[in-house]
Amino acid sequence: MKKTDRLQTIWGMLPVLVFLLLWEIVGRFNFFPGQFFFPPFSSVLKEFYHLTANGVLGKNFLSSLTRVLIGLITGSITGIAVGILMGWKDIVNKALNPIISLLYPIPALGWLPLLMLWIGINEMLPITIIFICSFFPVVYNTTTGIKNVDKRYIYAAETLGASNMRILFKVVVPLALPNIFTGLKLEAGMSWRVLVAAEMVAIPTGIGALLMQAESLVRVDIIMVCLIVLSIMCLIFEKIFTLAERYLVGKWSNYA
Amino acid sequence: MPDIRLVNVSKHICRDLNLTINDGEIFVIVGSTGAGKTTLLNIIAGVTNYSGNVFIGDVCVDKISPKKRGVGYLFQGLALFPHMTVESNISFGLKTMGLEEDVIKNRVDSLMEMVRIKHLSGRFPHMLSGGEKKRVALARSLAPSPQILLLDEPTSSLDHQTAKYLRNELMVILRKLRITTVYITHDLREAGEIADRIAFISDGRIEQVSTPKEFFFNPKNDCVSQFVGMPNIIECTSSRILASGLVEVISDKMKMVLPYDGSDIKKIAIPPEDIYISDIMPPGPALNRFIGIVEKITKLNSTVRVRVSIGKNNLLAELPENAFDELSIEEGKEVYVVIKLRRLRYIES
Repeated sequence: MKKTDRLQTIWGMLPVLVFLLLWEIVGRFNFFPGQFFFPPFSSVLKEFYHLTANGVLGKNFLSSLTRVLIGLITGSITGIAVGILMGWKDIVNKALNPIISLLYPIPALGWLPLLMLWIGINEMLPITIIFICSFFPVVYNTTTGIKNVDKRYIYAAETLGASNMRILFKVVVPLALPNIFTGLKLEAGMSWRVLVAAEMVAIPTGIGALLMQAESLVRVDIIMVCLIVLSIMCLIFEKIFTLAERYLVGKWSNYA
Repeated sequence: MPDIRLVNVSKHICRDLNLTINDGEIFVIVGSTGAGKTTLLNIIAGVTNYSGNVFIGDVCVDKISPKKRGVGYLFQGLALFPHMTVESNISFGLKTMGLEEDVIKNRVDSLMEMVRIKHLSGRFPHMLSGGEKKRVALARSLAPSPQILLLDEPTSSLDHQTAKYLRNELMVILRKLRITTVYITHDLREAGEIADRIAFISDGRIEQVSTPKEFFFNPKNDCVSQFVGMPNIIECTSSRILASGLVEVISDKMKMVLPYDGSDIKKIAIPPEDIYISDIMPPGPALNRFIGIVEKITKLNSTVRVRVSIGKNNLLAELPENAFDELSIEEGKEVYVVIKLRRLRYIES
């Protein structure tokens, strides 16, 4: 790492360290009324260790992670497939666009009461919510990406004798990847936010449920542990897609 | 290689076009921006719909998709696939033909050698210079061995030296392959150098199709003449070699000494911008300097056109407005005329 890069990294970490230090001071010296409501950072770390050691955090985290992965993967794959069809075939776009446009603006959590009645309170509920949360933005971004591919690339492929399928999968879809990844990155973090909301309202396991239990026991330290885990997971998921995008698109995306 | 025939073809600005491009010839289309040149290529390639008929050889290709027309197309913006390396771009068309891997590799290698980009095979288009990109696009369009090659301004947006270099290489390749080629440019010098025939298109209509010499010396109408910028065609009555590379020509009262490597010059074309007019005798030797009468002065947007008669010859000079304002010339008055030798064109018998 170059010296300037190292300095930049330290400079970027500095506000985080200052924030944690302030947190510790405010919590330790009781600037807030009562340590219960604002535990110092060290107490939160200690609780994190306890929850990890007794397996509570791990169990709830795994439940949430499984739900997010299933919902996000199925929602994204379906979204990409429908988006490709809508972007490529005008007739499909004309048929599906009105209904997608109507359903897309509904907040994912707005579906919750309806889904609770339709599906019931079980594992499928948060997965379905995440599916919906992932599906619509990915459809939208994929359709836009496919439609925005410069027609000259398609003409060029046509004059080179390529079949429609070859044009679609070798030219159009790769060129739409930057747009598709925009949708995926948006939803990677959003899926965790939606999941927690669903778990808080209806599901007895998962990070959201742990949050609700902590709230009822006035365990602010556990709440903070859960929030930190959520924040880190949102960042990790977004980072995974950013890295995937860099791997698939980074080599050539400077063409614009 | 097949010929191309367009019969009553219309699309957008192009209206009722009728055109025959002979097999194996390099057919250059010139015209100003928006005249319909690219539309014409798109029609031949089949990447746009149109009314009328297009024949490639004896086959009417109106119902044949671009995939099966056997046309190689170098697009104006090149349309190199940005997510593919140079090698993948060139092999794209070959892979669609279902050829063996080693056949594809050999063909790609030989094309890269031909256009001298072998060292760039693993690079992506955004890593290439303008000239390199054009070479890749050319190799890609030639890869499936097309019957017809469409080149939309292949040397545009390159610096003069690179454009010249690329043009020369292109000429060697085209002459070697003898592919029927339709070549768009708005560089008249380029058109004159490479064309077997030139077509001038204006507002979607083909105004003239002729050999380069006819095109420059016998513009069919004002529109072509204005585009060619050669309204001054002087018929020479005699010419003789003065020294190696120097010829004296006589046209009525005009006796001119010109740098030329031939002998029997019949006509000279002079661009109006290369005729200098002065109300006082210009300094320097009295070579290619004449006294004429101002016949007509026409003010345009930022230039002024002055028609001057020298004996039986009528010359049209075009001056920048500020240069004209500094002169005191008026219709019927005598002026000095100096002919610059920079961009003269000659026709021999």
